[in-house]
Amino acid sequence: MEGGATGEPPREGEVTPMEWRRKHVLGLADFSAEEIEFVIDTARSMEDVLTRDIKKVPALRGKTVVNLFFEASTRTRTSFEIAGKRLSADVVNFSSAVSSVAKGETLLDTAKNINAMMPSIIVMRHPVSGASQFLSRHVTCSVINAGDGSNEHPTQGLLDLYAIIKVKDKIKGLKISIIGDILHSRVARSNLHSLSRMGADLWLCGPGTLVPKEMVRFGATVTNDIREAVRDADVVMMLRIQLERQKTSYFPSLREYARNYGLNSEVFSLARKDAIIMHPGPINRGVELSDELADSSHSIILNQVESGVAIRMALLYLLAGGHNAAR
Amino acid sequence: MLLVKGGRVIDPGSGRDEVGNVVIADGKVADFLPVGEAPGTFDGTVLDATGKWVLPGLIDMHVHLRDPGFEWKEDIRSGTAAAAAGGFTSVVCMANTSPVNDHPEVTRYIREKAASAGSANVFPVAALTRGQNGKEMTDFSELFEAGAIAFSDDGRPVRSPLVLRRALEYANAFDFLILEHAEDHELSGEGAANEGWTAHRLGIPGIPSAAEEIAIARDILLARLTGGRIHIQHISTKMGVDLLRMAKRAGIRVTGETAPHYFTLTDAAIEGYNTCAKMNPPLRGEEDRMAILEGIVDGTIDAIASDHAPHDEYTKRCEFVAASNGIIGLETSLPLSMALLAGGKVAPARLVDLLSATPARILGLKGKGTLRKGADGDVTIVDPEAEWEFRKSDVRSKSRNSPFFGWKMRGRAVAVLCRGRVTYSLLKGVTPDA
Repeated sequence: MEGGATGEPPREGEVTPMEWRRKHVLGLADFSAEEIEFVIDTARSMEDVLTRDIKKVPALRGKTVVNLFFEASTRTRTSFEIAGKRLSADVVNFSSAVSSVAKGETLLDTAKNINAMMPSIIVMRHPVSGASQFLSRHVTCSVINAGDGSNEHPTQGLLDLYAIIKVKDKIKGLKISIIGDILHSRVARSNLHSLSRMGADLWLCGPGTLVPKEMVRFGATVTNDIREAVRDADVVMMLRIQLERQKTSYFPSLREYARNYGLNSEVFSLARKDAIIMHPGPINRGVELSDELADSSHSIILNQVESGVAIRMALLYLLAGGHNAAR
Repeated sequence: MLLVKGGRVIDPGSGRDEVGNVVIADGKVADFLPVGEAPGTFDGTVLDATGKWVLPGLIDMHVHLRDPGFEWKEDIRSGTAAAAAGGFTSVVCMANTSPVNDHPEVTRYIREKAASAGSANVFPVAALTRGQNGKEMTDFSELFEAGAIAFSDDGRPVRSPLVLRRALEYANAFDFLILEHAEDHELSGEGAANEGWTAHRLGIPGIPSAAEEIAIARDILLARLTGGRIHIQHISTKMGVDLLRMAKRAGIRVTGETAPHYFTLTDAAIEGYNTCAKMNPPLRGEEDRMAILEGIVDGTIDAIASDHAPHDEYTKRCEFVAASNGIIGLETSLPLSMALLAGGKVAPARLVDLLSATPARILGLKGKGTLRKGADGDVTIVDPEAEWEFRKSDVRSKSRNSPFFGWKMRGRAVAVLCRGRVTYSLLKGVTPDA
């Protein structure tokens, strides 16, 4: 029997009791602080599973999770796949490098087809903002947004928050600087929602072309000076320069970008002694982050990846009704 | 013969705002009789307009009828039925049909179909350049003879200032009017919503106000250079209004319209990726909305036009950036415009200017926009107090792309006459003529 040996569900004892009413996870824009904490608590109990010898529980047995990926992704898709498999769900991957729109099929048709196969949860990544909200309105199953255009990447936002809490034990009052292509970044948007809700002192930094001034309305401080952003920071989150998203030139060259907005030891020395470095990956080494720093003891990049599986397990578990069923 | 009896006749064209009776005979306004002088017996249809407003037929100077070529979205019959239901007796339809209205045959087709199947007067706008290619001018005078009343590449504005300059200079000799959808496509790029907080938060690429304003400024300067007449369509930004105001003060021959959605909604309406709030130009910010209102009040903005843009549901039932631009507007333009009256800054006569008298003047539509004796028998009877809900099921247009479903409206057309023919009626005992 799959996972039968240590087949008890994750421990519930440490999880703050809360009614989980959410059917979809589309973004963190409407997540309350209480909900965020609840997901983190659930992820903690999932992490117990990950430390066991047999890393599998039957919580989602008989449920199907479809990973619907319209954009190339290795780590997010793998992370969701592992999360689903550790919960004993049947995980099906549906990847399409070219958008289905290009093939003449609308997202709506694709969604309806997948829905007709009656999955419990669709995990979707799509190159267009709002695609997961759109999907959720047209399917009967749950939807998890694994990144939609420049809008949100809620599981990344939650895992980043979890990774920070593991090191810093809190979010409130920390100076957290997000540096890079804010304009196109769904990671930045999800993090802005969750970290601001948890009381962080948020800073945004990048070239003027990639950090819209309106972003101050997220409650963040906007600067074009990386030194100002890094000075006394507790957390420095570097974003990937997404050359593939940029159809026109937002800065002169990668060399010029690295010179002004790349994080290197010299700039990082301005941060607090115990500051941590994060990056959602994949890293352009030597561009936004120096090789040396990426592998330094300050970097928690691999812890982010590890936290990702636990967060995704937690969300799959909650959406599949595991929590309510267990009670 | 028709008698519109006992209504408040508001006709800025004749300077009239008084209760009285309008007699229509042979499709023309035959007479105005003051209150108390209504004929005791009348050999014809009597429309009791007591407590109602009697206005010169409303003119929507910016609609898309999608005919020929996209008849599943709208056609001349359904589009003019929607016009009549919304209180309009005349519509001015844009050239982005298929084939493009760049040839007299297309113009004639539209005119003829409107004459046989239409519930409103249809005035076609011909393309400014062949196939809207932005390069070679269409045959202006031949198109005009076929029935085109103005020239525009609406939606695909002329990129080259040189081409537009030549067109303005050439048209000027005939006093033809050019309508411009003002947009710098290089700057709007792949934008899908107003560049501002809402779009940034939703991760939607933005269209900056400057994309519209640069084009408005260019158009104004070219009108100044050439002495030609240009009309700026659907102004949506504060600076756009400011530029128009400045140009008018400088005596440049430029006019401008806005659409009800630009003074009713802001880009907050796209929240939740609402594709029915997606149009071009996009809904802007609150500051812009207020400036549009101010422009209406101070007379900078000459006309209100709906930019009625029917789209089938599947081109709206998709991801936001992929969705078509535009909303239907013929059936909501009047009530949304009547909401302007509430603040007291816009008088009913001014509303008639915006929706009828001034469009007729800008477009040179003889016999339209007034109820003077001898004018065309185009009359819109409005119940200013009527409270009603705009419902999807009541829409006459073939398309249902509107952000206003479920809205509680105040004021509506209750009867419409087009050249003396009843095209729409909610009045007891009065049925539309077949």
